[in-house]
Amino acid sequence: MDDNGLVVNDFCITFSTINGSGSATANLTLMRSLFKMGIPVSSKNIFPSNIQGMPTWYTLRLNKDGFMGRLEQDNIIVAMNQTTLHKELQYLAKGGVFLLPDDFKFEVERDDVIVYRMPVKKLVMESGVPASLKDYIANMVYVGVLCFLLDIDLELIHQSLRHQFNEREKPVEQNFKMVQAAFGWAKENLVKKDPYIAQSMDGTKDCILVDGNTAAALGAVFGGVQFAAWYPITPATSLAESLMEYLPQYRVDPENGKDTYAIVQAEDELAAIGMAIGAGWGGLRSMTSTSGPGLSLMSEYIGLAYYAEVPVVIWDVQRVGPSTGMPTRTAQGDLAMANFISHGDKNMIILIPGSIDECFEFGWRAFDIAERLQTPVIVLSDLDFGMNMWTSKKFTYPDAPMDRGKVLWEADMEKFLEAHGGEWGRYRDVDGDGIPWRTLPGNTHPKSAYFARGTSHNEDTGYTEDPEKWETIFKRIAGKFETAKQYIPKAVVEEKDGTRFGFIASGSADPAVQEARALLRKSGIESDYLRVRSIPFNDEVGEFIKHHEKIAVVEINRDGQLHQLLKIRYPDEASRMISLAHLDGLPLNARWVEEQVLSLKEVEA
Amino acid sequence: MSSSTSMQALNKVGLSRNDYKGLPTTLCQGCGHNGVAAQIVAACYEMNLVPEKVIKFSGIGCSSKSPTYFLGRSFSFNGLHGRMPSLALGALFADHTLEAIGISGDGDTASIGLGQFKHMVRRNLPMVYIVENNGVYGLTKGQFSATAERGLMLKKQGTNPYVPVDIAMEALISNATFVARSFAGDPHQVRELIKAAIAHSGIAVLDIISPCVTFHNHENSFHSYNFGKRHEEPLHEISYVPPKEEITIEDFEEGTTREVTLHDGSMVILKKLEEEYDPRDRWQALHMLEDAHRNNWLVTGLIYVDPEVPTLFDIYNIPETPLNRTPNEKLRPSKDKLEQINEKFC
Repeated sequence: MDDNGLVVNDFCITFSTINGSGSATANLTLMRSLFKMGIPVSSKNIFPSNIQGMPTWYTLRLNKDGFMGRLEQDNIIVAMNQTTLHKELQYLAKGGVFLLPDDFKFEVERDDVIVYRMPVKKLVMESGVPASLKDYIANMVYVGVLCFLLDIDLELIHQSLRHQFNEREKPVEQNFKMVQAAFGWAKENLVKKDPYIAQSMDGTKDCILVDGNTAAALGAVFGGVQFAAWYPITPATSLAESLMEYLPQYRVDPENGKDTYAIVQAEDELAAIGMAIGAGWGGLRSMTSTSGPGLSLMSEYIGLAYYAEVPVVIWDVQRVGPSTGMPTRTAQGDLAMANFISHGDKNMIILIPGSIDECFEFGWRAFDIAERLQTPVIVLSDLDFGMNMWTSKKFTYPDAPMDRGKVLWEADMEKFLEAHGGEWGRYRDVDGDGIPWRTLPGNTHPKSAYFARGTSHNEDTGYTEDPEKWETIFKRIAGKFETAKQYIPKAVVEEKDGTRFGFIASGSADPAVQEARALLRKSGIESDYLRVRSIPFNDEVGEFIKHHEKIAVVEINRDGQLHQLLKIRYPDEASRMISLAHLDGLPLNARWVEEQVLSLKEVEA
Repeated sequence: MSSSTSMQALNKVGLSRNDYKGLPTTLCQGCGHNGVAAQIVAACYEMNLVPEKVIKFSGIGCSSKSPTYFLGRSFSFNGLHGRMPSLALGALFADHTLEAIGISGDGDTASIGLGQFKHMVRRNLPMVYIVENNGVYGLTKGQFSATAERGLMLKKQGTNPYVPVDIAMEALISNATFVARSFAGDPHQVRELIKAAIAHSGIAVLDIISPCVTFHNHENSFHSYNFGKRHEEPLHEISYVPPKEEITIEDFEEGTTREVTLHDGSMVILKKLEEEYDPRDRWQALHMLEDAHRNNWLVTGLIYVDPEVPTLFDIYNIPETPLNRTPNEKLRPSKDKLEQINEKFC
């Protein structure tokens, strides 16, 4: 609260609605208006695995310092679902605002909150919209009332509605009229008793408002994706659907009007990965996108791609497992599976974006890495990134040309043979970096064809059960993952000399950790921070661990999977690492991280 | 053509029959699959295919080992059990101009692979899909497969209690555009069907009864040599005629043949045997298969063909040049495009 008793640009609004009632438009309109005011804003959509009729919550957090994590409590609740009013009230912070339609028969049993009742039915009735639209337009009533309470310029709402409805005049005006009417009613009838105010600032310069699945898809579009196979699964579906939206816009060859890509909706994830691997083997930049259950199904084929050395990119937008779990809730529970996926020994390249703009970056970079190393790359996003709207840095154009790796076409093969005594073998390590040269189907050079297989093979792809030949290949493949370290994204490290305590986290645990560090600083606890962005762990990870007396590994799962992988990789440092793992389906919140750290005996101010 | 001259003779693309061979087989002596491989070699040679323009796929099992034994100069991918169709689909998107030959078995197609098989068929993926069907799992030494007939006795497992999956029927009801059944003991028919299948533009399913001499070659079982030799009932005598080759009328007696022109202008001439059979009549095909199933008849020949259905790649707006030859500059949109996108999200 500032000197004037106001809370400016630092609060949380939750909209409680019934799913299928069309509240997304209203919530996004408000979010975009706040973004246009320059206020860093993030959203969490807590929704059921259901199409219509179940409770759903949408939370907007405004934070002038740019913290994007989830908060435990709400400052303002817009309660549009009569069946959950008691529950909502419990989450309302002291002094908070409770907005509800005036026809809800509900006694607010708390006296430490401010209640405003909105004449939703009456205003909708007066608006004269057709009966079929009434439920949808009702949500615009709370938009108008909030504009009055928070002091949001209606012109921004108008602009945001135009954006939302893609400039379609009729719905824009219908909705805007409702907002205006509600605003007018509020101005005349409400006395503002709460302290919450939205004020223009410059916190969203060079920012965009976007979700992680869109970012990942656009990254792939700019990464030159040529083939995508997928199967619908929450929360990954919108990644493939974004490919279908943007590829036709940006990837049709203007010379001949032909597509430079193909997307196939497969019959299941077993087929989606098979198709993607076939295309990757064929030389296309190839990907699939799925979630945990799908990744489980893809396991065997990923093992084949690893051993036959086929590049392919697999996006896992994680949800809560095991089994069907909580399909519409977020988690980081697939890390261990991704790392150990498929039977037999193997190494996996795993990329973990820690922000929306990194979803874009890894969207294109993953192809470079997969093709350079001739191996599957698993990118671990999650529902919180994938399906929620975030204030993000603008997408940055790739800073390097595409790396297509070691590929020989007809003329290249001729040169290669000249330089290598007339011999080429698909799995021969001629450069000493563990990465052989590959040819692609359709290459008509008589020496180019080879027999790819998941069965044991010699350096020239022939079937063999010879122990030495098996080991030669298998050890060389392991060596590729040393080479990998120069190609995969390094961890992001923030450290100061003399700090004894450090955090390690990854992915969508980042916002909560960042905020927890700020909170702990207020209690006199300084912390360093390393954000893991890829596996295999690069040298800086081991260095960071050695430099700190205690390291808290923060993650959104039950068993501390990142913690476990770090202990395997750095067994001598295991005792320094503490697992702070939490899984309840919701994005991590900073208070929890703060409390956990404060309760550690080893960490003192 | 005698075998001694054929060893040296060159075809229209200047290759000898040897250029179409693979490594020596490691399958059992007498295995039907070896006969099928030999006919693939013959068909490709006679059709003047360029081996580098052919691509081979297989799943897992005895049958799926056989791509090693033909077309050693072609790219090949030996994939996962029952999941070769998806692999082939992806690879063919990389270069759709290649002629694809997939080799599967009854275990690979009719059990774990039934889903991918039917979806491949429904998408009309341009590929010759050969099922070397012997009713038994050979590599694991003699278990019933899903195509084994009910009541079959096997040493290891006793009596098979289940009705068999009919691969030709499954293909047909999934709207396959080319369905044939043959018998590995009838090499001429196998070869002519493979040629027609190669000429066909879409998916061509060949269910070839290919006996397992080691685990399943009983006198009276459906998938044995003896049964086939005694009971094979061809629908017609089939000859493949390449495009632009003149057909001399006197080769065929008038009114005794039926011709089907394939998409590339080649022709399949079907010489009538005992009964009228029109392979363009889907209803008749279903009826015939139902009769054959009920009566335990091994009916062979071209069961169904529809040469004009668009293939998977006709449906997509991809260029004639293979996608895997697309230059990088066509794959990454320009910087100003990204700026436009950023603007849109503001």
